[in-house]
Amino acid sequence: MKQDIIICRDIKKAYGTGETEVVVLKGITFSIKEGEFVAIMGPSGSGKSTLMHILGALDTPTSGEYFLDGKDVAKLSDEELADIRREKIGFVFQAFNLLPRTSVLRNVALPLVYANMPKAEREKIAEKALDDAAFPKAFWSYHSNQISGGMMQRVAIARSLVNNPALILADEPTGNLDSRTGEVVLHTFQSLNMQQGKTIVLITHEPYVAEHADRIIHIRDGNIVSDEKNAHKRVARNEKDIAI
Amino acid sequence: MTTSDLFEETYSAVTVNKVRSGLTMLGIVIGIASVIALVAVGQGSQASIQANINSLGANLLMIMPGATKSFGTTVRSAAGGAETLTPDDADAIASQVQNVAAVAQEASGRYQVIYKANNANTSVMGTTPSYLQVRNLAVDTGSFVSDSDVSNANRVAVIGPTVLQDLFAPSANASATPDMAIGQTIQIKGVQFTVVGVTVAKGGSGFSNQDDMIYVPLSAAQHYLLGSTGYLTEVDVEAASQGAMTQVQDDITTLLLQRHGISDPTQADFSILNQASIVSTASSVTGTFTTLLAAIAAISLLVGGIGIMNMMLTTVTERTREIGLRKAIGAKKGDITLQFLAESVMLTFTGGFIGIVVGWLGAFLISLFTGITTSVSVPYIVLAFFVSAGIGIIFGYYPARRAAGLNPIEALRYE
Repeated sequence: MKQDIIICRDIKKAYGTGETEVVVLKGITFSIKEGEFVAIMGPSGSGKSTLMHILGALDTPTSGEYFLDGKDVAKLSDEELADIRREKIGFVFQAFNLLPRTSVLRNVALPLVYANMPKAEREKIAEKALDDAAFPKAFWSYHSNQISGGMMQRVAIARSLVNNPALILADEPTGNLDSRTGEVVLHTFQSLNMQQGKTIVLITHEPYVAEHADRIIHIRDGNIVSDEKNAHKRVARNEKDIAI
Repeated sequence: MTTSDLFEETYSAVTVNKVRSGLTMLGIVIGIASVIALVAVGQGSQASIQANINSLGANLLMIMPGATKSFGTTVRSAAGGAETLTPDDADAIASQVQNVAAVAQEASGRYQVIYKANNANTSVMGTTPSYLQVRNLAVDTGSFVSDSDVSNANRVAVIGPTVLQDLFAPSANASATPDMAIGQTIQIKGVQFTVVGVTVAKGGSGFSNQDDMIYVPLSAAQHYLLGSTGYLTEVDVEAASQGAMTQVQDDITTLLLQRHGISDPTQADFSILNQASIVSTASSVTGTFTTLLAAIAAISLLVGGIGIMNMMLTTVTERTREIGLRKAIGAKKGDITLQFLAESVMLTFTGGFIGIVVGWLGAFLISLFTGITTSVSVPYIVLAFFVSAGIGIIFGYYPARRAAGLNPIEALRYE
């Protein structure tokens, strides 16, 4: 039996106080096991971004419990949250968020800079992560702004892998990509999940994208409306020769 | 984040926008360079004024006739205008006051001097051989007034280089050599004197120009030129040491008051100028001057610092998403603060270094083209280094804290 990597119990999040209080999450409870590939779906305003921020230790809930890899994250300070993010979470953003005018390799190794890892060791791990993210070796020394969007997102995926996180959190990872390159990115996630057993949480509003996951959690108005196994999982095509 | 990582990040961040970094740095360069150059001018002036005063003679006390202040009036009679000092006073100082190394008697006036078709109006000083020692003067060619010249009232003259040029230059553009003058006869106030020596050039000093002067034996001056009044216009005393100057000055005051029969020191009919006090007065004046220059330059440094802050604030805004990302992947507040502080310190430090070089060069060019003595002092360079680093920290701190305080969620969303 696999361990629960994420345990959320009655997570509530409200902004503001008194009459202006806005409750965004109204009591979310779910858990995710190690090696699962879960999509969190919902329209905009449903609270899925807020949930993602809490799952990603960028924010803390107003009430409720959140255990990540056995650690209670819900009541940590800003500095402790930074430690959690550095050690346990790999982020993939819609807008890639790579450092411009900086080499691919350096971008990927960046999280390890904050872990005070020596440069040689850092680059070795970054190279392996780039391999795992199926990023061609010929472009390792390119600057991040010299490669295509699909390539950039794979750099971002490699970056999310370098700290060997308990959880990879992808926020609309295909949102800025055309469907063909989006397919490649989804394929990368699927192979990371199946071949390396990585736990992946994918936040999206597109049903097509969500259908690449094993399990889909629907959120609406701050509540979970459905949480079920994806009966007809799509398998992303692997296109090797994507234009750079 | 290790130091080498920090340096690498900082270097690449600063060099991304070279023009902007360069222009911002220019503010610091100008600030530091002007501090270095202007302080060099100030300190150079101070040093050259002190050297000028010291070239008058070492441990010098100048005694001049004339009341320091008349009782009941605020009008001070001109020093040297009264006839109160006599050679006997000078002899008494030499024999009765302790720690006196030498005493020179002087009686001078301005006269028309003629050599062939050339003439000049210059100071003629009757003095004694000890003048050379007391006033730190040397003879370039020939000899100075000797003891026998004084006792025999010989009509010999020792001339300064300016007088030499005025009287003996073959034409206006040619320069005269001492050999042209030695042995020649010049007329001072119609009396013939033989030139026996030429003094070395000392350059102008604050009080009298020793280059534009003719020295004759004191007795000859009194006999042929001054009308034998027997009074002196100045007595110069060299104290044995710097430390003895106050004692010598006090003793001379007491002695002369007693000799002149004056009981109230405020009624003294002579005044004593102490070289040490002149030096310290001049030093305080030039010190103020240097401080003023440094203060003006510091204003431009301040403006440069504000330029740094402005650029860093712009940078923080531009790189909001980058900051958000760094925070998302685990950078702490301290990491972000340090990174931005390092950027501003790198800018100011590099600017400071260039500024020191430029300031040094500027000081050199100033003395080359204007002839003002400049002196670049090492303590100021060290200070400039720390000041520029300090400016980086002070003006970089606010932008860095602002960057570190950004909320990662909002920073990541920032457009």
